[in-house]
Amino acid sequence: MITLKNIYKIYENGDTTTYASNNVSINIEKGEFVAIVGQSGSGKSTIMNIIGCLDVPTSGTYLLNNVDVSTMDDNELAEIRNKMLGFIFQQYNLIPKLNVMENVELPLLYAGLKPEERHERAMESIKRVGLLGKEKNHPSQLSGGQQQRVSIARALAGNPSVILADEPTGALDSRTGREVLEFLQKLNSEGNTIVLITHDNSIAKSANRIIRLHDGKVVYDGPSDVAEATVQAHVSFDEDPLLNSKEGGNET
Amino acid sequence: MSIWQCFIMAFKSLSTSKMRSLLTMLGIIIGVGAVIVIMALGNGMTVYMNDSFAAMGTTNISVNISGRGSSRTVDVDDMYEFYDENSDLFNYISPTVSAMAQVRGEDNEIYTPSIMGVSEQYLDIKDYDLSSGENIRYLDIAQNKKVCVVGAFYDHTVYSGNAVGQNIKINGENYLIIGAVEEQDDKTDENSIDNFIYVPYSTAARYLARNTTISSYTLVVNSDENVSQGIKTIKNRLYETFNSDDYYNVSSLTEILDIMNEMMDTMILILAAIAAISLVVGGIGIMNIMLVSVTERTREIGIRKALGAKGKHIRTQFVVEAATTSALGGIIGILTGIGLSTAVSKLLQAAMEVDITAIPTATSIFVSFGISVAIGIIFGYLPANKAAKLNPIEALRHD
Repeated sequence: MITLKNIYKIYENGDTTTYASNNVSINIEKGEFVAIVGQSGSGKSTIMNIIGCLDVPTSGTYLLNNVDVSTMDDNELAEIRNKMLGFIFQQYNLIPKLNVMENVELPLLYAGLKPEERHERAMESIKRVGLLGKEKNHPSQLSGGQQQRVSIARALAGNPSVILADEPTGALDSRTGREVLEFLQKLNSEGNTIVLITHDNSIAKSANRIIRLHDGKVVYDGPSDVAEATVQAHVSFDEDPLLNSKEGGNET
Repeated sequence: MSIWQCFIMAFKSLSTSKMRSLLTMLGIIIGVGAVIVIMALGNGMTVYMNDSFAAMGTTNISVNISGRGSSRTVDVDDMYEFYDENSDLFNYISPTVSAMAQVRGEDNEIYTPSIMGVSEQYLDIKDYDLSSGENIRYLDIAQNKKVCVVGAFYDHTVYSGNAVGQNIKINGENYLIIGAVEEQDDKTDENSIDNFIYVPYSTAARYLARNTTISSYTLVVNSDENVSQGIKTIKNRLYETFNSDDYYNVSSLTEILDIMNEMMDTMILILAAIAAISLVVGGIGIMNIMLVSVTERTREIGIRKALGAKGKHIRTQFVVEAATTSALGGIIGILTGIGLSTAVSKLLQAAMEVDITAIPTATSIFVSFGISVAIGIIFGYLPANKAAKLNPIEALRHD
């Protein structure tokens, strides 16, 4: 489903050259729940932007549903994002002046659906996240957890191939954060492919597979239950205080 | 995504910040309002002017002959002959001889009215009716009789209602008042148009005018459409005699009215163009606010792009928003303009007793609405394009 082959993302700034992605190759199958983990500066945002079709690699190939998207232009990428990807952001990224219904309808609007169909699908999506009856509310009238569920509903509305969750629990307290993760696991059990991007190992453990990035390179790719040992190895190597907190935190 | 969707979004966006939207529209409102009022006032004045001219007789043609020596001339008999030959074109003719003279009435006061030597048809030309007495007759003209028809000022004020049958002294000589004309002005005083005396043209030429030759005529064509034909026919006749067009002058109120209308139109156009400058200023105001709006809503644009909005979607959204703003401003401006026009008409009628009705023209309404929409689209394009070109990653990171 997602195939990244020898992805490089190189930024040149004067005479310094930064390898934000350095020969990254990842393969994700349909129905997987993968966490991409890494500290800040590890290149996980770059990989997320590339997987999310918000950016294109400097070199390498990215096949999404067997379509090469690595050389597409902005408008083609917009269409791919609209049809194949659902985004869940850390800051929810709801549009404040639109109500819940209108927010969830947004991707369907750009897909060119008719109003009735849009409405129906948005409603179904809102029902799935358990916010029925809140359609007319504005984001400011909802709690953080509810807002994140609206953004999940929005991600689901377009019926995407992949759901990309970027630090989905980052702005939530640990209890609601757990609820969101459980909901993602439920979605995965229903057959959705989910890619979770986080710096927090404890959160990454909700996924079945962990891909760890460091300095733009993949340093671990395997089941989440054996990832612990490699974390320790790297922490002692990097002396990264963030990774030392085993409980994970709500750092935002 | 349809344009209709964009409209709904635009209205939502405008209604969330009503004060700002109103201020953004202000330039357009003032511009459109001013254009409408100016066009309406101009239109009202043109109508008023045309009406006034119509009252003065747009079918009248004045002929002035300066003459070329004594051998070549067109005299009264020639003109009457010409008039009879063209009876299918002309309704009336009267030679006109103006004279300046001192007049002493029964009250021994001295007046200086407009004294005109005219034919028996002159009252028909002026469309005046007699209130008492009778008109000048052909016999009076043929015999150079010292008789006159007076305006209401003499009948009412100088002779206190019984002027007919009495004498009036013009340049010291007695003239018999044979008729009095109905009053033509609300205030019948010395400065009104009711202060006139008509005498037979032959009498005027002989006793009252400096120049004894009759050289001016008023002819009336039978319809407005025949004015230019009438002028042409007269000119042809006069050219036959003089072989040059330097010795006579033929003109009509219609010609003058046409020139005045043309000047009026030019003036309105210039004034409207000045008012339209404020439309451009309004457009720049819209562009300014839209640029601010794009910066403020960078994150929203990022979200929309992440969810699959293409550049054209974002561009359309902002252009439609700008166009909606200016169109709404245009509508408010049109309503303001119509209201102001009515108010100005009322004010003119009340304060200056001038019956000018400022009617906003349908053209000015449609054109100014169209221009305001166009301004929104033109000045909205730059900010909209800026929004459309935003990088979604950076836009999402924006606070």
